[in-house]
Amino acid sequence: MTQPLASLRKSLACAHRAATSETIALGAESLDRRLGGGILRAALHEAYAETAADAPAAMGFALALARRALAGAEKPLLWARPEALSAESGAPYPPGLADIGLDPAAVAFIRVRDAREALQAGVEAGRCATVGATLIELFGEARAYDLTASRRLALAAAAAGAPIFVSRVGASPAPSAAASRWLVRAAPSRALAANAPGSAAFTIFLLRQRGGAAGHEWRVEWNRDRGAFEDRTFDASSLSGSVASLPVGGTPGEGAPQRAGRKFG
Amino acid sequence: MTLADARARAPHLAVAQADPDADERLMLRLAAFCEQFTPLVALDPPGGLMLDATGCAHLFGGEAMMRTCILRAMARLSFTGRAAVAGTPDAARALARFGQEGVTPPGEDEIFTRPLSIAALEAPKETSVALTRAGLTTLGDLADRSSAALTARFGDETMRRLTRILGREDARITPLRPLPECMVERRFAEPFLDLSAIENVLRPLIAEAMGILERRGEGGRAFEARFFRTDGAVAALRFETGAPSRNVEALLRLFNLKAESLADPLDPGFGFDVIRFCVLNAETLAQSQIGFERQSAQEGDVADLVDRLAARFGRERVLRFAAHETHDPVRAASYVYAASPSKPNSWEKPELGEPPLRPLFLFDPPQPIDTMAETPDGPPMHFKWRRVRHMIARAEGPERIAPEWWRNAVGRDRRTRDYYRLEDREGHRFWVFREGLYESETAAPRWFLHGLFA
Repeated sequence: MTQPLASLRKSLACAHRAATSETIALGAESLDRRLGGGILRAALHEAYAETAADAPAAMGFALALARRALAGAEKPLLWARPEALSAESGAPYPPGLADIGLDPAAVAFIRVRDAREALQAGVEAGRCATVGATLIELFGEARAYDLTASRRLALAAAAAGAPIFVSRVGASPAPSAAASRWLVRAAPSRALAANAPGSAAFTIFLLRQRGGAAGHEWRVEWNRDRGAFEDRTFDASSLSGSVASLPVGGTPGEGAPQRAGRKFG
Repeated sequence: MTLADARARAPHLAVAQADPDADERLMLRLAAFCEQFTPLVALDPPGGLMLDATGCAHLFGGEAMMRTCILRAMARLSFTGRAAVAGTPDAARALARFGQEGVTPPGEDEIFTRPLSIAALEAPKETSVALTRAGLTTLGDLADRSSAALTARFGDETMRRLTRILGREDARITPLRPLPECMVERRFAEPFLDLSAIENVLRPLIAEAMGILERRGEGGRAFEARFFRTDGAVAALRFETGAPSRNVEALLRLFNLKAESLADPLDPGFGFDVIRFCVLNAETLAQSQIGFERQSAQEGDVADLVDRLAARFGRERVLRFAAHETHDPVRAASYVYAASPSKPNSWEKPELGEPPLRPLFLFDPPQPIDTMAETPDGPPMHFKWRRVRHMIARAEGPERIAPEWWRNAVGRDRRTRDYYRLEDREGHRFWVFREGLYESETAAPRWFLHGLFA
C-alpha cells in the first residue's frame, strides 16, 4: 500500500523540482552552458550598474532578460520605478523599449515614491501568476532592500513561477536572496557602416549564482531581432572597443551586417 | 439688542465672533453622522438637518422610536435638538422650529400645522407685517381664505410654502449625497472596537451587497465603506475597480490596501455604532463561468492586480504607455492609467537589422551639454555632461526632426533639431541633438542630451 504512495510522492516531488528548476536561457550557448542552462525562472535576479553612468546598461540588460522571460507568453511585464530616477537617468521611452524588442503595450508601469514602495509593488506584482516578469528599479543604497525584503521577493517569484529582476544603481553588491547577481557596465558596440553605433552591448560579470559557477565575465551583445544574447567575448572588433579599432583595409565594422543604404529613423 | 445692551443685562456673557463657515462645516459633519439613520440627509439651514425617513423608520421600531434614537445620539454629542416627524419636509421644518415637536400621524399634517403662527411661513418681513395687519395670525386663518386672493396679495412663494407646510403638496429633499446603487450595513448593540476583526464584519457585508448585485446582473465599479463612530466622527473609505466586479475577496483586499495607505489610519475611538458598505457605481456584469474561460480569468487577474496597485499607490501612478502618431519624439508616447480603455496600439515595429534608433530613457526637459565638434554641422567629437567629458568613438546622424509647424501657432518658436546617436569610448550610448540649423536658424546652435541608450 505504501509503495504506490511513495512513488507518487517521488514523482510529485520530481515534477515540483522540474517546475522550480526551469531556466531562462540567455540565448548564447557559451553562457548558457556555463550557467547550467540559464537563470532560474522562478527566482529573484539582480543587476548592479558598475557606475552611475552604467545605469542604462544595467536596465538594458535586465529588460533584455525580461524579454527572454516573456518570450512566447502573452503576459505583461510589470515595472516599478521610483520617480526620483527620472531626473537621474530620464523616463522610460516606449519607442526605445520597442527598439530592444519589448512590446510597450505589454508593459505596466508603476511610478512609486521610494524604494519601499517599489518593493511593495514588486511583491504584489511578483505574487501574481499572470504577470510574466517583474522589474524593480532601486536607486542608491536603498535601506528598504535588505535580506528580508529580498527573501520576500524570492518567495513571491518562487510561488508565482515568474522571475523578479532588481536593477540597482549607486549601490555596492550586498548579500541577498537573489539566485543570480550580475555586475553590468556598458561595452562598446560593434560599429555599423560609417562607424555608426551598433546594437546594445554589455560587459556582464556574474557575481553570484546559486549552486553554480560565479566570477566569470562576458562581453555580450543583445540581438533584438533574434531576441537573444550573443557572446562577443572573443570578438576582435569589440575587444579593443575604441575609435582606433577601425578595421584596416577591410570593410568598416567587421562582422556587422552590411547593408547598402541604412537609413536613419 | 446690541452687544452693550446684552452685556449690561448679563455681565458674564461669553461672546464669540460668528463664524458661519465653521457652523456649516459642523452641520456637514452632523449630516454625515446622521447618514447612519438614513442615506438621504440634507442640510436645512440655518442650523437644521432634514432626514428622509421613508422606508427607514421600521428599522428603529417606528417613527417615534427613530426620533428618540436621533435625539439621544445628538444628546450624546452634547447637542440639544428639536425634532419633528411629518409627511412633508416643510411641515416637519415648521413643526420643529415653530410648533410642537413629535410625530405627526400620516395624513394629519394639516391638523397639526394649522395652529402654527404665520412666522412659520418664514416670509419676508413686509409680508408678515401685512398678514398680521389683516388679522391673520395662524396658518389656519390663511388656509381658510381663498388661495387666489391670497396669491394676488402676498405672492406665489408664500402660498406655495403654505400649501407645503399644510401637507397639501409634497416636495422631495435634495440629499447631500446621491443614493448609492446598493447599501448594506451592520449596527452594533455595543460599539465595535476591535479593528483586527473588521474583516469579519466586512466580509459578510460585502458578500451581501454582491448577492444583491448578482441578482441584478451587475458588478460594482466604485465602493465605499463608512464607519460611524459613537462620538459622531465618520470615516469613509472609497475604492474603485477597473472593471465591474463581484469578487468578495478581491474587494476585501482592495479595502485592506486602501486602509493601509491612509495617512491617518482608521481609528475606532470609542467604537463604531454602524459599519456600512455601499456600492456607489454599478455596471452590467454578465454571470460568467470562470472555469471554462481560462484566458479571460487570467486577464481578470491582471485587472485585479492593477486595481490593487491603484488602491495602494493611486491611479495616477499605475500606468501604461499610449502611442501617438507623430514624428515629434516627445509627443510620440504618453503615460495613461493602466486600466483606461486601450485603443489599438500602433507601436512601430523596429526594422530588422537596425540597431536601436530610439533611446531607452528620455530626458524631459533635454539636458544642455557642452560640445566640441569638428565642423559646425557635424557630430560632436566630445561633450561634457554632468561634469564628465565623453570622448565620442562612434556617431551616426543627423536625423533631422523639424518642428510640427501646424502646432507652432500657439507654441513658442521651435527650431529644427538634428539628432545624433553617439557612443563614447567606454561604450555608453547617447541621443543628442543640435537645436537650430546652423546659419539659417541660429548663429550659435545649442546642444542637448535627450536620451540614453542601453
